[in-house]
Amino acid sequence: MNWEILGIWLGALVTLFLYSFLYRDNPFYKFAEHLFVGMSAGYWVIYNIENVLIPNWWQNMFPEGGGFDWVWLIPGIFALFMLARIWPKTAGLSRLSLGMIVGVGAGLNMVSFFQTNALAQVKGTIFSVASGGVWDIFSSLVLVVGVVSGLVYFFFSKAHTGIMGKTANVGITILMVAFGASFGYTIMARLSLLIGRSQFLLEDWIPTIPRLLGIGG
Amino acid sequence: MNNLSALMIFLLLFAAGSALAEDPPQSVVTEAAEELEVCSAVHLEASDTPEDAGGSVSLYWQMEIDGFEPDSLGVMRSDPSGGEELIVTLPFGTVMYTDQSADNGTEYDYWVVSYSGGTVGTSSNRAEAVPSAQWIYKGRIGMLIILFLMAAVIIYYIESGKKGRKLFIREIAGLAAVDDAVGRATEMGKPVLYIPGIMDMDDIQTIASIVILGRVARKTAEYGSSLLVPTSRSVVMSVAQEVVKEAYIQVGRPDAYNKENIQYLTDDQFGYAAGVDGIMVREKPAAIFLLGTFYAESLILAETGRSVGAIQIAGTAMPSQIPFFVAACDYTLIGEELFAASAYLSREPKLLGSLKGQDAAKLFFMILIVIGVVSATIGDFWSPLKSVAEFLRKLVTVN
Repeated sequence: MNWEILGIWLGALVTLFLYSFLYRDNPFYKFAEHLFVGMSAGYWVIYNIENVLIPNWWQNMFPEGGGFDWVWLIPGIFALFMLARIWPKTAGLSRLSLGMIVGVGAGLNMVSFFQTNALAQVKGTIFSVASGGVWDIFSSLVLVVGVVSGLVYFFFSKAHTGIMGKTANVGITILMVAFGASFGYTIMARLSLLIGRSQFLLEDWIPTIPRLLGIGG
Repeated sequence: MNNLSALMIFLLLFAAGSALAEDPPQSVVTEAAEELEVCSAVHLEASDTPEDAGGSVSLYWQMEIDGFEPDSLGVMRSDPSGGEELIVTLPFGTVMYTDQSADNGTEYDYWVVSYSGGTVGTSSNRAEAVPSAQWIYKGRIGMLIILFLMAAVIIYYIESGKKGRKLFIREIAGLAAVDDAVGRATEMGKPVLYIPGIMDMDDIQTIASIVILGRVARKTAEYGSSLLVPTSRSVVMSVAQEVVKEAYIQVGRPDAYNKENIQYLTDDQFGYAAGVDGIMVREKPAAIFLLGTFYAESLILAETGRSVGAIQIAGTAMPSQIPFFVAACDYTLIGEELFAASAYLSREPKLLGSLKGQDAAKLFFMILIVIGVVSATIGDFWSPLKSVAEFLRKLVTVN
């Protein structure tokens, strides 16, 4: 058996099964969907054991040089709390683990988000708009007006009426122009994915059909 | 003749013997010359890296100007047990290195050796250092102050809200439609599908989404419609189950809560998208909520939702995905509107106070930007104002 051809055929069939969804839901799509979901779920279980659980927890608890680091029992206990959800009587324990995950996640992200999404942006906007040529000045003005009016749009404590409403309208207009540009750019990237898949079907898969049927070289 | 030959042989042997006895071999001469002439590192200084989490020693040195350049430099380290090791080889010209592999509290001895022609040349002086961790990183004190001020404002508004002060929040179009969407699903006898994004519970957008899920769950419980929540992360599934269960209990409908409706599909991005698409076309939900962090699967989900005729309310803070939601959904919460949604829907003083505090911070930053830009621009013509802009830039700089 030629494993390469088998792989190409599997890839092509699953691709066609998934594309059949463009027509309507059908058994081929269902098969591909369940295969995809099931295989990826299984893959991620093993991935997490191999790349998260063993290196980040087990190997820290039992270091290579020998010994036992009891501190790592704490995350282990929290992990067991998550499994306690299986039994209704102990399910409440999982809230401790969930609270820990949400709290630590929010706390750690607060610093990085505030730094990158607020302070760095403010710093990047404080500059002279009068430097450079005419287009540079225009570009700088668009940037500053866009940032300030965008912030006004996201100001929730005052109704968007009067001057506030007009400024917010400028902000959302600039945002929509940016979204339009982003939309076009991403669509181009998606089309390249479609082209890649079409090339696979036309250049890799189609030529194997005559070979399997014994026609041509 | 014989005497003459013997004399010549004697003289030759004598000369050769003298040469062997007095002059070292040529290779020895070369090595000695190299050892003398290759320039070495001097004035090596080792110190604990300041304001870090420990485990790090900073090394600085200078190079002799006399002599020829070595091929490379080796940083050597010895610990109290006496074990010596080469920790890194650096190109000639390097005058600093940070050893990140040290253990806190251990006294290390460092020295730098010059390599030339594959052999070890000269060594620098030795320098000692003990790495340790520090509690405070001064580069972020400015941020700490701003965060404390923000927290103070938020607490002030929360307390005001608790005391009964009305905290105004402007209308957010997409959220006003939440009740309508759930009501529509109830009338049509179809389920509501809630997709909390594809990231885990440590993601702020997922947290915001789960808060909104609680509100949507209360509505579905009140109206008696079915709520489906497929998740891409197992922890999100657990949290979603807790939140939905709580909501059903709060409205007195614990019997209507169905744990099986909140299920984990897969961590895989497109596997999840395929699974949710399947749910959409089979269950044909009348209302779909896409709130949270989304990536390339956003348009796949939104387009499929549109094709089944569902009313769709989406929201994300991912700038690259908002355009797809704007194009394919009925209502879109843009960026921070997603975070404001939970406060808007619940009207809880705690959340409203937080939102008001964030608005105060936004107002502060807007003023900062306007003053900064004006002073920087005028500063081009009148220098005293330039320092104002520089001060403001410094204020928001985090090292």
